[in-house]
This record gives sequence, C-alpha cells and structure tokens, in this order.
Amino acid sequence: MNPTGTAAPVPGNKPSGRGFLRRFRRHRFAMAGLAIVLVLAFCCYFANIVAPFAQNDQHLLLGATPPSWRHLLGTDQLGRDYLTEILYAGRLSLTIGLSVAVLSTVVGTVLGVIAGYAGRWIGEVVMRITDLFLVVPPLAVLAVALQGLGRSYLIIVLVLAGIGWTVIARVVRGEVLALRERAYVDAALVLGASHLRIVLRHLLPNLAGVAAVSVSVNVATSIILESTLSFLGFGVRPPQSSWGNMLSQASGYVGTPQGYLLYFPGLAILITVLAVSFVGDGLRDAFDPRRKQ
Amino acid sequence: MTAQNPPLLMVEDLSIAFGTEEGTARAVEQVSLRVESGQVVGLVGESGSGKSVVSAAILGLLPNTARVTGSVRFQGTELLGRTESQLRELRGNEIAVVFQDALSALNPVLKVGDQLAEAIRVHDRSLTKKQLHERVVELLDLVGISAPEQRAGLYPHEFSGGMRQRVLIAMGIANEPRLLIADEPTTALDVTVQAQILEVLERIRDRTSTSILLITHDLGVLAGLADRVVVMYAGSKVEDGPVEPIFYRTAHPYTRGLLASLPRVDRRTDRTSRLYRIPGQLPNPHSRPEGCVFHPRCPHAQAARCDRERPQPSVVGDGHVAACLRIEEIG
Amino acid sequence: MTAPVLDIRDLVKEFPLRGKAGPKQTVHAVSGIDLTVRRGQTLGLVGESGCGKSTLARCAVRLTEPSSGTVELGGADLFAMKGRALRAARRQLQMVFQDPFTTLDPTMTIGGILREPLEIHGMHRRRRDEYVRELLDRVGLDPGHAHRYPHEFSGGQRQRVGLARALAVEPSVLVLDEPLSALDISVQSGVLNLLEDLQEEFDLGYLLIAHDLSVVRHTSTEVAVMYLGRIVERGPVDAVYDGALHPYTQALLSAVPVPDPRAERRRERIVLTGDVPQATDPPSGCRFRTRCRLATEICASTVPELVEHDSGHRVACHHPRTISS
Repeated sequence: MNPTGTAAPVPGNKPSGRGFLRRFRRHRFAMAGLAIVLVLAFCCYFANIVAPFAQNDQHLLLGATPPSWRHLLGTDQLGRDYLTEILYAGRLSLTIGLSVAVLSTVVGTVLGVIAGYAGRWIGEVVMRITDLFLVVPPLAVLAVALQGLGRSYLIIVLVLAGIGWTVIARVVRGEVLALRERAYVDAALVLGASHLRIVLRHLLPNLAGVAAVSVSVNVATSIILESTLSFLGFGVRPPQSSWGNMLSQASGYVGTPQGYLLYFPGLAILITVLAVSFVGDGLRDAFDPRRKQ
Repeated sequence: MTAQNPPLLMVEDLSIAFGTEEGTARAVEQVSLRVESGQVVGLVGESGSGKSVVSAAILGLLPNTARVTGSVRFQGTELLGRTESQLRELRGNEIAVVFQDALSALNPVLKVGDQLAEAIRVHDRSLTKKQLHERVVELLDLVGISAPEQRAGLYPHEFSGGMRQRVLIAMGIANEPRLLIADEPTTALDVTVQAQILEVLERIRDRTSTSILLITHDLGVLAGLADRVVVMYAGSKVEDGPVEPIFYRTAHPYTRGLLASLPRVDRRTDRTSRLYRIPGQLPNPHSRPEGCVFHPRCPHAQAARCDRERPQPSVVGDGHVAACLRIEEIG
Repeated sequence: MTAPVLDIRDLVKEFPLRGKAGPKQTVHAVSGIDLTVRRGQTLGLVGESGCGKSTLARCAVRLTEPSSGTVELGGADLFAMKGRALRAARRQLQMVFQDPFTTLDPTMTIGGILREPLEIHGMHRRRRDEYVRELLDRVGLDPGHAHRYPHEFSGGQRQRVGLARALAVEPSVLVLDEPLSALDISVQSGVLNLLEDLQEEFDLGYLLIAHDLSVVRHTSTEVAVMYLGRIVERGPVDAVYDGALHPYTQALLSAVPVPDPRAERRRERIVLTGDVPQATDPPSGCRFRTRCRLATEICASTVPELVEHDSGHRVACHHPRTISS
C-alpha cells in the first residue's frame, strides 16, 4: 500500500497560493479594476480636497471653454471647472450604483434562495411575484414613482433596487435548484445538518460567484439607468448633480465644439462600469477554488 | 493472415500530443497495432490510457491542435495527412464508427427508419425506395430489434437506450464497411442491455466480413468477443496478443494487476480474501513518469532501470508482445 | 446471526409524475420491500437502472419520505424520530454517494469537509484537527492534504474522502450507493478493500447498492435482486449466485462478462428480449412476466410471494427452477 506516494493530480499548485485573497490578487484585470474604482471613489468622495476648484464656482463670463492646463477637462456653460463638477457628481452616481447593486443583490439572493430551497409552494409564490416585477416596464414605473414620491436619491435607489432584484432572484433560484441536487447537500442532510447550515455553509459559498457578477452588473446598469432617467428629466435635479444629469444637460452639444461636455461624463460612466465588471469577474474567480491562473 | 496482402488497418509508431495551458500532454506514445480482415481487436485501457485518442486518429477526428507522428494505414494507404473530404468518403463507407452516447447521435425529429435510410443513401444512391426499405428492415433485424417493420416508423425517443445503441450500430454497418470502430459501445448500459449489444457485435463478426476495433475499459467484454487484445496504459501500449495468451499467459505486470483487481462473478470468495490493488493513482498526462510509465505502480520495478529506460515491445509468445524491461526475469 | 441494525419493512415509494399534458401518472418506484442489514455484514442490492434501488437507498437514510412502510434503526422507527433522537440516529446511519465529483463541496477544503460532521454533532471539540488527520490516514490519504480542495484529488481519492466523512460520526450502518461505479478498475479494488477493512474494524453493517454483480458477489454476505420496484430473489450470496432460481436473476448473472475467454465462449448467455416496462405502468401479477420465457397465465393474474426455498434463499416466482449446469 502506498497511499501517500500518490501526489494530487494537479501540477503547479503549490500549497501556498491558496485562499480567496491570493486568487483575487492573481487576477490582473480585477486588481486594475479595483484600483481604478478605489481612486475614483476617493477622488469623488473627497472632492472637497482633491478637486482643483470649489463646487459650483461659476464664471458666467468665461462660459464653456475646451480643456486647457488650467481647466483639465474644460469648463461648462456656466464657466464651472468641469473636472470639479464631474468629481462632485460622481458622489451621487457611485452611491446610487453601489447601493442599488448591494441592495438588489442581497434581496435577490435571499428571495432566490428561499424560492429555490423552501420547496414548491413558497417557491412558486416568490417566482410569481418576481414575474410580476419583470413584466412591468421599469422606466415607466420609475418615472411614475419619482413623480409621486419626490426625487431624492434615496427614492431612486429604492426604485432601482426594486427593479434590479428580480433578475438576480431568478438566476439564484436556478442555481439553488441545481445545487440542492448535488450529493454534498444530501451528504450534509444525512449527517444531520440543519437547513440553515446547508444554506450558509454549502449554498451561499457556491452562489458567491454568481452574486459577485450580479453586483458588478448591477452597479453598471443602475448607473446607466440613473443616467437614462436624468436624461429623460426624471432623475436628480439641480443643484444635485450626477453623471447622468450632466450628460442630459450636455445633450444639445453633440457634434458641436462643446462636445467634450458630453464625452467626459460619458467616459466617467464607461470607466466605472468596466472597472467594476473586472472586479466582479475577479471576485467570481476568487470565490472558486478550482480556478487556476 | 497472408504475407502478401497488407493488413486492413496498420497503426505504426503513432504518437499524439496536445498543447494545453498546463503544458504538452502526450496522449499517445509510439503505439502500434494491426487489425486483420475479419478480426475483432479489443483495445482496452483505463481513463487517460489514450485508447479513444487512437480511435480518433484513425478516423481523422483529432482537433487541429494535435501533433501527430507515425503512420495509420488502411488497406495499405496512409490516412494521416489526408484531406477532410477524402476522410469523409472513407468514413461511413469503408470505416464506420459507433460511439458511446447514443442519444445525442440520433436526430430527435426524424424517424429511425428514415435516418437509417439516409445513412445508406449517402453512399449508395442506386437503391429504389422499396429496396431501401427492405434494407432498413434487414439491418434493424440484424441488430436484434424485434418487429423491425413497425419500429422503423418510430422516433428515437420511443426507443430505449439499448435500442438506440443498436440503431447506431445498424447505421454503422449499413454500408458493409471493412472496419467498424466501436468506442465504449456498452459503457453507459445495464448488463442485460450490454449482453444484447455484445450479441449484435458477435453476429456481425460471424455473419459479415466486417472487422471490429472494440474500444473498452472492460476486459471481460473482450474475453468473449475479441480475437486479439491490445492493452494500453497512460498513452503507451503495454501488451498486445491473441486473446487466450493475454488472459492465460499474461505477461505485463499492469495487465496482470488489472486482471487480479477484478472481482469475479463466477467465483466464490471467502470472507478474508482481498483483491489485488495496483498501488498509487493513474498518472497525469502532463507529467508522465520517466522510463516505463508503469514503474511507480509496478511491484517488479527496479531502481535505476525501470525509471530510466523506456521499454520496447518484446516478443513473449506467438504474436504476443509486452513492453516490459524485466519481462525475462519476472516470467 | 448478529442482530439486525437496519430493518426495512414493507417499504413503498410512489410519486406523481409531473407531465406536460395527459392523465396524471404515478411512478411505482418501490413496491413493498423488506430488507435487513446486520452489523458486520453486507447486504448487496442489485438491479438495473430504473429498478428503484436508489430510491430505496434514499428512503433508508431518510432523504426521501416513503409512501408507506417503515425503516427501523436499532429497533426504533426512523421516520417517527424528531430532534435529539433523530440527531442520534443520524450518527448511526451514514451514506456514501456514487458521484465522486459532486459528493464534496468544491468551496471547502478536505479538512473543512471532514470537520463538518464533528461540528454538527459537537464531537471532539478539542482535537478536531488531529481527528481529521486520523480519518485521512485511516482511509489511505495523506493527512497533510487536509488544506487541499476536492478538485486537487482524483476520483478514487475523493471517494475515500466521502467515506471518511461518513465514518467521522462513528456510524454502525453505511448505505453505499454505487460507490465504485465511477472509478477506474485499478482504483476500484483499493476502495473495495478499504470498505472491507473498515467493516471488520468497526463492525459496520453495509447496504451496498450496485449494478456490478461481480462487486456484490465479492463483498456481500447476502444479496437481494430487484426488478421494477420489487425484490425477486434474496439469499446468501453463494446460494443465489450459484443456484439462482428466478429467471431474471439467471439472465442478469449470465449477462455479466467474465474475464476468461474459454469460459466466456462456452457460456450460454440468456439474452432478455424487449425492454424494462415503464415504472408508471408496471405489468400485473409478476412484473417480470413480459420478458420471461417461463411466463404462464398465473404470472399475469397473481403477484408471486417471496417464499423461502431453502435456508434463507427466497424467490418470488411461480415457476422457480435452477438452470442445470
């Protein structure tokens, strides 16, 4: 008998290099994405320190000027430094993006797990409710809700999260239905594990990858959805500003020399969305011990 | 076996490697085998032995990334390096194949009889509709499907797994190929269904001139059916010979170990008896042992020899070879 | 004979088939089965796919609620248990699963997987790591590999981890659901030997469910043959294998290829015609009659009882007879 001489059949997998953090760190795009998100968030939330000018510092005589050494991203129609304005607006966009993503993922995961694990009857009820949310056109609901409830960003977050959770709930339910058929769930039941234990120890860790991707997708969609709303005139109102309403205010400048007013907030959204989705991919891989370099 | 005629299938020094993320996987190394006309040759091995890669090479179904050296000759002509269209002509006409997964190989929306007729017509357009139908019924009957007239009008989902597998065999032999490659044709099936399939293969052996290359992990399946047996381990051929010497005068330590690890349905065992266990695990295709691939698990391995030198097949009997450096000593 | 530890009595499991359209159908997966597992012995249960043997296994460990009948563990009804008693029963009765690739949670280390039973039952609080190392060593794995993940192990090694997990709670019965069928032959015998060693060491009772008749013959003390939800023959392993009385058992045994060319070519194989009928609509009377060469009128009208033929050897057939050899 030679039980120990049988090295595991996976080469190049050193005993070190384990664990969530190590796997995440090996994911170069995710690390770059994380760095970008952190720098961006720092600059936005500490805009009062970082920004070159004060917020809403108008120079009406100056008007819209293209990028220069003094104003790196130029100035807007009111002569405000555009970089400063983008940083301040980023506070709201990032806050909305992150809180919607986290909120809808948490709600969606909890309901998805219940729907998938609790059995037929409860599962059916939860899924019919989800369907109800899915068939309602989101923009119309948002517009109506915002008209009726006021346009504070808290309301926007709640309404966006109210739309976002349904997709995640469906995906999570599907995963749970597949996971609960796995033999390791049966093995835990035979060992006498409680349902809570099975959910916490076996289902959630195996769902973490799906949830991570869902968070990143949701950050992106809610920033974009908020922009769309602002663009349509239902989003935050001045003096509050977000990348979305900066876009909407600059919408008339397409193809004019002042086009940069459109491009820079758009670029800010694009960079954030890309960076966040890299982080999401990295998290998904980091949650899965089977992923190798 | 005549000396003048080339063998039906002749594989010589076949080596196949794949470049993967983890490095080069040497799936098959210097494997030679031959199938004579009318013979049933069994190719046996465990997972990772390379047996299915060999069959893919014969059929020209290897991915483009595979690096292939050696030669595969069918009726004297080289198959390696032929174009896809030349190979397609050969497959289905001269060489047919039956795979393990019978459900995915049949089209779910076409009647079984029509699919079988299609397989015949692709290579023989001269038949009339009536002749075609007769041939379909004859083939279904040959593979042991009862009431073939009625069953030809059914869809694949109305057939059981074993019946679908038999339909695939019928499609394989529809054009009376010279060679039928059966790749694990009974692996996913129950024993009684396996017995039905084996009987079909026996009938093909006895009633047609088709040769069969039967790829399997089950030595028992070969005992009753094969004329010759080729044993592969970790990409290399370790033993090759007529069926009786392989089972009764087993030469290679791996084949011996394999036979000794099999529990027997036909023998009483007392409660204390233990099966032989080949120590260790199957090697990883990316890091195969140096020297003899079997030496880390071999009870006869000799230090500074079996771990260095690569054994070549040596003759141990009439048409019986084994690739073991210590073959003389372990007798 | 040692005392029974797991006693399955008149177990029935039927469930509705949820079809797209058409009348409601009921799957008769298990239709009245009695089986007894004793300490230190192996009861082999053989049958082909769809015969209900896996459903029976799931009922035996209370993963599935039976429609009727009982499962008694050490004399107490498993399905009447609650709370503390059920937890205690769980420690007595463990299961090893077929698929080595889904039997272990991919997000947990081997050590974590083996610690879980200890956490659930509050065992070995002070020396869990040490106990995990002992378990790994006992099933022939390197105790230093506790920090590795399942994907770093081969199928045979994973099956050993699954076995170690079941052993962690020191059970008295193991239900083994096709524990070898996914393993290569050269790895299979090692796991088989390990099962036998562990049985001897811990006086374990095994219910071994397998489609491989050779494995069952090698390992079992008694064997039961299942066809379409019913036991057709049951008895001491050599009595059944050498003197099968039921035509289905005979066909099953004759279908197993033997690694012996001369014996194999001499053997008369009984090839069954037709297919296994649907479990939603089993034949009346004897369920095997539609494929049986001995079937007569009585087989369609009367369900054959499982009657004792000679000591412990029972058969459910109206026309039992041995094949003269």
